[in-house]
Order: sequence, then C-alpha cells, then structure tokens
Amino acid sequence: MEMVKIIINGKEVEAPAGSTVLQAAELAGIEIPRLCYDPELSALGACRLCVVEVSGNRLLPASCVTPVFQGMVIETESDSVVEARKTILELLIANHPLDCMTCNKMGACKLADYCYKYGVKESPFAGEKHIYSIDDSNPFIIRDLNKCILCGACVRACEEMTGKDNLSYLNRGFNRKATTAGDVPYIESDCVFCGQCVAVCPTGALTEKSMAGLARRWEIERVQTTCPFCGTGCNFDLAVKDEKVIGVLSNPDAPVNGRSLCVKGRFGWDFIYNEKRLKTPLIKRNGKFEEASWDEAYDLIAQKFSEVKTKYGPDSFAALSSARCTNEENFLVQKFTRAVMGTNNIDHCARVCHAPSVAGLANSFGSGAMTNIISEVTNEAELLFLIGINPTEAYPVVGYKMRQAHRHGCKLVVCDPRRTELAAEADIWLQQRHGTDIPLLNGLMHIIIKEGLEDKNFIAERTENYEAMKALAAEYTPEHVSEITGVSVEDLYRVARLYATTDKAMAFYSLGITEHICGTRNVMSIANLAMLTGHIGRPGVGVNPVRGQNNVQGACDMGALPNVYSGYQSVTDQAIREKHEKVWGAKLPDKVGLKIPEMFEAAHEGKIKAMYILGENPILTDSNVNFIKEALEKLDFFVVQELFLTETAEFADVVLPAASFAECDGTFTNTERRPQRVRKAIQPLPGQANWETICQMVTRMGYPMSYNHPSEIWAEMASLSPSMAGISFERMEKESVHWPCPSPDHPGTPILHIGKFTRGLGGFQPNEHIPPGEMPDADYPILLCTGRIMQHYNVTTQYSPGINSVWDKEMTQVHPQEAEKLGLVTGSRMKVSSRRGSLVTNVWVTDRVQPGVIWMAHHHSETPTNEVTSHHVCDIAGTYEYKVCAVKIENVQEVG
Amino acid sequence: MAEEMRIVLRNYGKIDPLKIEDYLAQGGYKALEKARSMGQAALIDDVKKSNLRGRGGAGFNCGMKWSFAASATADQKYVICNADEGEPGTYKDRLIMENDPQSLLEGMAICAYAIGANQGYIYCRGEYPQVIEILNQAIDQAKAQGLLGDFDIEVRSGAGAYVCGEETALIESIEGSRGEPRFKPPFPPVQGLWAKPTIVNNVETFANIPVIVDKGGAWYADIGNPAYPGTKVFTLTGDVNNRTFFEVPTDTTIRALVFKFGGGIRGGKKFKAVQIGGTSGAFIPESLLDTQVAFDAMSAIGATLGSGATFVLDETRDLVDVSTRIAKFFEHESCGKCAPCREGTARMHELMKKLNEGKGSSKDVALLEKLGRVMSYSCLCGLGQAAPAPVLTTIKHFPADYNAKLM
Repeated sequence: MEMVKIIINGKEVEAPAGSTVLQAAELAGIEIPRLCYDPELSALGACRLCVVEVSGNRLLPASCVTPVFQGMVIETESDSVVEARKTILELLIANHPLDCMTCNKMGACKLADYCYKYGVKESPFAGEKHIYSIDDSNPFIIRDLNKCILCGACVRACEEMTGKDNLSYLNRGFNRKATTAGDVPYIESDCVFCGQCVAVCPTGALTEKSMAGLARRWEIERVQTTCPFCGTGCNFDLAVKDEKVIGVLSNPDAPVNGRSLCVKGRFGWDFIYNEKRLKTPLIKRNGKFEEASWDEAYDLIAQKFSEVKTKYGPDSFAALSSARCTNEENFLVQKFTRAVMGTNNIDHCARVCHAPSVAGLANSFGSGAMTNIISEVTNEAELLFLIGINPTEAYPVVGYKMRQAHRHGCKLVVCDPRRTELAAEADIWLQQRHGTDIPLLNGLMHIIIKEGLEDKNFIAERTENYEAMKALAAEYTPEHVSEITGVSVEDLYRVARLYATTDKAMAFYSLGITEHICGTRNVMSIANLAMLTGHIGRPGVGVNPVRGQNNVQGACDMGALPNVYSGYQSVTDQAIREKHEKVWGAKLPDKVGLKIPEMFEAAHEGKIKAMYILGENPILTDSNVNFIKEALEKLDFFVVQELFLTETAEFADVVLPAASFAECDGTFTNTERRPQRVRKAIQPLPGQANWETICQMVTRMGYPMSYNHPSEIWAEMASLSPSMAGISFERMEKESVHWPCPSPDHPGTPILHIGKFTRGLGGFQPNEHIPPGEMPDADYPILLCTGRIMQHYNVTTQYSPGINSVWDKEMTQVHPQEAEKLGLVTGSRMKVSSRRGSLVTNVWVTDRVQPGVIWMAHHHSETPTNEVTSHHVCDIAGTYEYKVCAVKIENVQEVG
Repeated sequence: MAEEMRIVLRNYGKIDPLKIEDYLAQGGYKALEKARSMGQAALIDDVKKSNLRGRGGAGFNCGMKWSFAASATADQKYVICNADEGEPGTYKDRLIMENDPQSLLEGMAICAYAIGANQGYIYCRGEYPQVIEILNQAIDQAKAQGLLGDFDIEVRSGAGAYVCGEETALIESIEGSRGEPRFKPPFPPVQGLWAKPTIVNNVETFANIPVIVDKGGAWYADIGNPAYPGTKVFTLTGDVNNRTFFEVPTDTTIRALVFKFGGGIRGGKKFKAVQIGGTSGAFIPESLLDTQVAFDAMSAIGATLGSGATFVLDETRDLVDVSTRIAKFFEHESCGKCAPCREGTARMHELMKKLNEGKGSSKDVALLEKLGRVMSYSCLCGLGQAAPAPVLTTIKHFPADYNAKLM
C-alpha cells in the first residue's frame, strides 16, 4: 500500500494514499466529530461538522470526503474549526427540540455528544422551528422528524443497505425533509421495516418503539447472539434491561450482516413474551391438558417410552429434532434416539426443505452444503444466477446483498415462475413454467456445449460421467426446451452464454428447486451446469443452496438425520458406529432410520408407536397434513417439547415447555457452514434451558446424560466429528470459521471443492424431465404453489404481536385473469380445495403469479395451506412437492 | 481610458443567428477546422497560453481544466455548457446564445475535440424557452452541414433552481437526480457526468474559444489584465444611466464601468455602492472603484467578478434593506443538503429581517458576522460560501446603514 506523509495537529504521520483526512486522523488516534459520515454508507459530506483546516486551503474542507496528499498539513481543532463546529451545532439545535431528558436516544445521541464536547448549551439562533407530527403509526419505529438533523443516513441506508429506496428528500433548503414518497407515514409507505434507518440514525429521530421509556441507553445490557429466523446467520445484540429483553440493536461486528437485519430479526423477537408461552409441563388426562410437575412429566415419559421400546422394539419409536433449535439440543436428541431408544428413526425439518440439497450435492460433489459464502455476493461475483429462490423475502439480508451487488454492476439472472422482487429487478428474468427446472437447466447446457463454451479442462480434470451428460443434453434443444418451459429460445441463448462466459458466476437456489418430486435431480442439474462451466472451487462461483432456517445446516451437521451421525458420518459404517458406541457407552443400531414422510406412514400403519418432537410443528408446515393428523392420533404415546401449544402439540400426551433462543446458550450454524454463538440473555421462562430438559428426561430413562454447559456438548460432538473437530466455543468467541475445520489451527473452509471435490471427481448426474406429481386437470384446474413471505417465518412469527399487527393473515396471490372469472377482488374470500383437503383464504389479486396459478404462504393456522398441498415426495430425499399441486378455487361470499 | 472591445459579442447585430450561412460568412467554423489540424496537445497548449480563465465566476484556467479531462482515460467523456444563467441582473449568456449561437457550438466542438468527447450538453436556464428553441435550431443547422462531425449536442432545460448553476448540481440535474451539489474532489474533469471526465464551461468561455484558436493564444493573452486576460461582458442595472451591456478588456476599472460606460448615476444623485458578480457579489464602496475588473484584482478587495452583473446603487438606497432581500433569496435557493447553508441561510434571513425592522442590536450584527464567516468557509458549495458576502461586505463598508437601524 502506498503511504503518504502528512502532518496532523503538528504530528507527522503516515496514511494510505487515497484515504480521507478523517480516516487518516482515525489511524493516528484522532477522532474528528462527524454526523453524516458512516463507514458503511456512501459519503455525503453534508453535515460539515468534520471540517478541518488544511494549510493553503482558504476553505475548511470536510475531512470525510477530502483525500490526503503528500505533505498535507492539517489542524483538526484550530480556532476556526472549533468556531465552525460550534456554530453548526448551534444552528442544528436551533431547530431541534431540546427535550433530551425524555429522549429515547439519550446516551447514544451524537448531536448531544458533540454539544457536550464543544460546550454548546443553547443556540443564539432563536427563530422558526419545524413542527412535524410524530409518526408512530407502525408497531416498530418511532419517527420524530423534529429531531432529524438531515444527515441523510436513513435515506442512504434504505437505498444502499436494503435497496428499498423508500426514503428520499422532500422540499429544499430549510424545509428539506427526509421522508417517504408522498410524505406518508412509514406504515402507508413501501417500508419493509428492516429498521436499517433506525440502526444508522445518529439522533433520536428514529428509535425502536419497543424500548421507548424502558431504559436509558447506558442501562441497556447488550448480549450478542444469532438470529432465530432464517439461515443467513445474522448477528445482533439483544437489548436487556432488568432481566428482560426490550429490543434488538444492530451490532456492527456481526460477521455476516453488519448492521443489516430484516423485519423478523429486528422486530420479531417479541414472541418470547407472548402470553401463550408454556411455562410448565402439561400432561393430557382424559383428553385435556393439565399442568404437571417436571418430575411427573419425566416419570410418565420414561415409563411410556421404555414400555414401547420393550414391547414393540426400538424401531417403533421416532423422534423429530428441529432446525430451530441449537446444535447442542439437536446433538442430544439424536444421541438420545440412537443410544437410548436404539433406533436411527431421527429426522428433522430439513427433510421438508433442503434434504434434496444434502442428497443431491453429496451425489454430485460429495458434500451437501453451500459451496461458497455470502460475502462473495458483494465482494466477488460478476453474475448471480438465481433459480427457485426468492431472497428478499425468504432470506432478506442475503437478498439485500444481492441487490447491492446488482446495483454495483454485478449481472443478475433470475429463473422463477413468479415475479419476485429480484425477478423484476433482474437483467434477465426467465419465467419458466412450474416444475420445468430440469429441462431449463438441460437446455442451457445444450446451448453451452453446442457453442463450445464448456470448460473443457475442468471437465477433463475434475469430473466424470461427462459423456452421458453430453448425450442427454443433446436431446434438450432450445426449441424443445422452450416448448416445455415457456421461456423463449432467445432468452435461453442469452442466459446460457452469459453464465458460461462470466468468469465469476455464482448460482443460488432454494426451495423452488428442492420442493419438487424431482427435487434432488433439480439440485444435481444445477451442479451439472456449474461443473460444465468450471464454476466451482473458486471465489465468486459455486452452487449455493440458501437455507431457510436458522439452524437447518446445524441440525443436519449434528446428525439429526436417519442415515448419519454428526459430521455426516454414516450409521452403516461399522468403524464409525463403534467409535460412537465407545463414547456413548451403548450399542447402536446399524440400519438407516425412517425419514419424516416414512415415519408418518409407519405411524399410520401402526408400526411407529411413540414419538418425541422437539420444536417442530409438522401440522402447519408439512404437506398433506390431514394424513399426518391421522398418524399422530394413532400413536400410543407422543411427547412434544415446545414454546407454545402448537397445532402439533395439541396431539401430544405430554408437552414439555421449551426455552427460546434468548434463554439458552448454544450455537446455530448458518447456511454458510458457519457455527455462531447463541447467548443466554435472560433466565429461561420455563425455568430451565432445553438441553437441561433433554438431559433430565433421558437420565430419568436410566441413561445418565449430564453436562455443565452446552460447550461440553459441542466438545463431545466435535471430538466425534472430524469436519468440526477444530471448532470450539472458545474459538467461536474469537473468530467465526466455516467447517470443514479439522483442527484448532485450521483456518476453516469458506470455499469447498478447491482443487478436488469432496468425493474426488465431480460426478455429472444427467436427469430427464420429470413433471410434477399432480398437475391441474378438469376437476382441479388451478396450480397451487407455496412459499414464504417477507414478514413471516414458517412458525413463531405468528406469536410476535408486532409482526402480526402488520401482517396477520394469509393473502393468497391470484392472477387477475382468474380473479375476473370468479368475480374476486383483493380482500375477497376464496375457497381452495384439492383432493386432500380444503380451506378458505383471503385473495390478493396480482400479476406476480402466472395465469392459472395461485400462490400461498403457509404461516397461518387459520388458513392451513398444507391441508391441500401435494402428497407426492421426492423419490430420493423424501421431500414433499410443496411447489406444485392441483386445486380448484371458488368465490365464497361469506357474511361478516 | 479603455474602450469597448467585442470578442464574444463579435457577431452581435451583424448576423442572423438562425442562419448558419451568416456565421460561416464571418469565418465561422474555421477555428474548429484549424483546431482539428493542430492536434489535441497543441490545441490545449494554445488555450493554456491564452490564459483564458473561466467566465462563469470561478476563474479557473480553461486550458488547464481541459488538460485534466484530456489526460483522463475513459470510454466516454462529456462537454457541458453551463447556460443556467440564473444570477439576477445577468443576461450576458442570453446575448451570446440569442445573437450568435454557433460561436458557442463551435467553442464546445473545439473542446470536445481537445478532450476526446463525442457528447455535449447545453444546460439552459428554464426561463429561456426562446433560447432553447434557437439553440436547437442552431444545432440542427450545424449537424445538417456536417460541421460537428461525430460530436452530438443536446439541450437540457433547467427548472428554476439557482443552485443548478453550480456545476456539480447541474450534472446531478442532467443525470435526473435532485439538483444538489456534490462534494469535490473529485472534480468534473476527472469524474463528472455519469462519473466520466467532463468539462463544464460557461457560455462566455466557450464563445471566446473560436477567436483564441483563430488568432492564437498569445494574441489573447495580451488583451486586458495579464492575470486575467481578454474581455468580460458586464450587464449594468440599478441607478445607472446606461442600463445596458458592455464587453470591455479586463484592465478596465469599476469606475470606468460605472461612470464611463454606465454614464454615471441617474438623476444627478451620488454613487453609494456597486455590487458586481450577481446576488452573492460584494458591495463595493466608492473608495475601491479604481480596481480593475479582473479576477485577482477583485479578490484582493474581497469582491468577485462573478457573472459580470453590475448593480449600481445611489446614495438614497438602504443597504440593510437590500441585503435583507438578498438574504431571503438565498434562504429560498439553498438546496438544503449541507447543514450550515440550510440552517444558516434561514437564520441569516431571520437576523437581517430583525435588523431591517429596527428590532436588532449590535449583538445580532456580531452574530451575523460569525455566521457569515463560518458559512463562507464551511459550506459544501459556492452558493453557501458566497451567500453571506452581501451581508458581510455591507456590514464592513456601510456600517452607518446598520447603526441607523439598531434598537
């Protein structure tokens, strides 16, 4: 780095050429006051508080935008500088309500800090003041523009961090106002309530509503933790006052997200105090739940589980662990299932989302996780190729980063049957028909091979089975593919050429790919495309399944799967089994266990007699739920450990109250294979953490399970799992690493398959087109596709009063063509029926969906979407085909 | 005593501005031809040699500015003519554009050749619709004759914001954003329109170029004040007998401008002050009238040349009242981006109003001086930096006007 010599306040220092005076001063340990400067935002140079004196310059330049030069002589606190700063502060407070004593930002207000520093008590500039009404019409943010100093940080954060462009300036001069289009309240604007504006605001203009009046800023204890919603792995600080969480504050040191969060992460935490939280164990007696002591509950569970095991054999038991829970809890549940119950019937909700990724990428590459990391979206990628993924709603912070990248020149291609936000913003949007991903991908490969754009060296050196791939792709001519997918031949060529010829092309996908009858084959087809073009094993490339749940990666890593122990070690491998038997002191089963759909089928058939479910709600989230309800009814004994008495918990015989993420120590592993700490901020509402409950329950069954702290559970896991052996709680305090990380001195592995695939050679897996299991027909003429919306997470957010007050019901997307036929308008009630069930929902008329298609989320128990979704499953991974089924819709004129 | 000398107004009244043939008959576009035969480096050297300095008010060496853009490597460069003539009392650019539009186009085309640009914009004051019409016709005629080669010029209309006369606000406006100044550096010749190297010059500057190229930089450098050679167009308004325009060499004194060319004060009254350069110009007392109308000479007395607007005031005028009105103008025209200008112009107007109404004290005058001083060296752009000048110079040179109104 080229350095220049400068003199600041009489001291000669070196500064990197090209840095600003402000940065150079900071390096020299000199803090220059600033209000509009924010290192994460573009420079504005507008508050002028950071002005300095530079020899030879008749003006006082703003240090935040003035580059250093060799020999520059700078004074940061000269008389004229101090006079300017004091005068600017006087001007700002002349138009500021000096109600600091009741201001929610008191203690963290930069304006107050600088007035204090320069002794500005009052303003000599008495005169007109703005009087704006306070916008508190939304549940999350208090917007008091009387306290706005027009630093523009909120405007820039909205545009540059989130890319929502919801804020700009109104009027000029003294009447300038940073506000929404039309100057409407946030709630009436396009605001997505990510709260980035609040995180960057230097004054009390934008504050967290939940904290108002509850704590002065210096009284708040900040506990850094990991978000309990999607798999991005955002970190933030829980704001704790008097043993109570009062809000979420951004933590600039968060490794994945910096200060960016989404509405769920920043404002969805209030579910932890929902009055419906369970605090004591419940035992069902004569069909009704009664409160019970922990001892009563444990005794009953121990007795019943033991009975079932003795009477019907170990495989009559099945357990579901949870992608919502910590790694440590997941590890204990699978250990309990295997070592105590003696069966491999352990699974969790990855089955219903990314099991095809685990299976498909394991087939193609040898390991089933994101090959690359999120930061490469903005730092490396030249093209983002998205297929079957809606990031700005399902993984908002990842989506925001993609938008940032696109705005900085990275190309964006989106393949999606639905017009998602990023589809609308993309350079090229391929609107393939539902369930035609394999022909689309084969078609792209056909063109790449035909035009000689494939990476011949990569194919020769790094892969196998290419000839079969080539032969199959040859059949997928652009014309043929266009006919199947509805994508124009011209667009197929554009995308094929762009993807193949862009050096750093990064593929992302999610449940639009996996939740199909051919989900695993869809995944392998993306892997085929990446291998064909050599887009693997380097920064800015790869095949990247973004995972939807906070710890779905971790729950898989921990072995909450029927075929593997932690670290993806096969249960059928004798040496591995023996290693575990030795540590766990128990004989372990050698047969692969049942997957979720198989468990419910077995329960239906009377083969599974007892179940334990930790933190999952299949009745809301799994497909074809009427079948699942019948299965649960048939169980002899059923235990659920949960925060709330969920739809699934209602079926239980014993419900154990669970602790939320704010109440437990542990770890979540994000979608990038990055374990991060979850830290206990408050005492568990049920009195104990989940890992303690599991240990006590299992101990009662005669298997002593005892740890002092979750770090010991992690340590046991790591000692058994070579890919995570180098990661410990101690290390996580210091740094954030990605597995594989085989030893404490290993730096971790952000990028997989560099030089060599995990399986050796990458395997092309040619796949033919497999149409969805059920397509619209004469009786059920409409295609139903399902997914997640931005405001809600699959479960839990329904218990957030704040989020629910903004979006409290299902709004089913219906194309205007269907709406017109049935006389539906937005807000109408509509009955949706399939061969498996029916429900009544609310209509949102929108052309985001194609004609003949409706789209539903599955968040609300009043509209149980999964009563109608498909019973078809991916033949390899057992994942339900949530994305396509046939339904009919009717206009329901309901009274009231 | 200096005489009027017409360089930029050389064709004024001599040609039909809508007939390119007339311009060609006067030797028009010969300079462009010559420039192209000189080569870029020699051309820029000659413009440097002329020592032509920007006529928009900042007085930066024109050839130097061009050389920055010429040496920048980029796939695209732009030439912009700043024709957003919003300074009250100024109409010199309109004179040129209405009477000799081709000289402006030729000057821009020479600049485009010099720096390697093929796209130009004329950002014209929105209140000049007839000028926009003339410019468009002139561009069509020059294109039809094939004179501009691959250089294309588009006329963009301002929408009434004074600040858009500031070059970076002007650039923002062309880009379709709010017309607000950018911080500098980077300067436009390095990173201007759409972040590409861009030359922004005033109409009067461009109109000088064909003559300089034709007669040579050395010839031009010899005219007027050597530090700021050439001529300058002045538009006279206020209490002066000849309320009209003059193009004079830059060694002309203010006194000559007011008394010789302007014909002295109306109605036999006495001179009190003259404000030169537009609304943000300093008020100059009688004692400083022998200053030459050249950039550095004006700076030396704490004044500016600005746009050349010359606003003459007789002995009956109340400078507190005049300055109050000017303060109101700046409050209205502040874009609001930077704090000292947004808040400062409003408070300055409030304080001036208070004084003008006889409700102010010497403390308010002192506060105005502090505020003006801080604004002049800490505001983001020239608007805020210059806005206090009328107030500060009237306080300095005409304290009696203020004292008369103190409580």
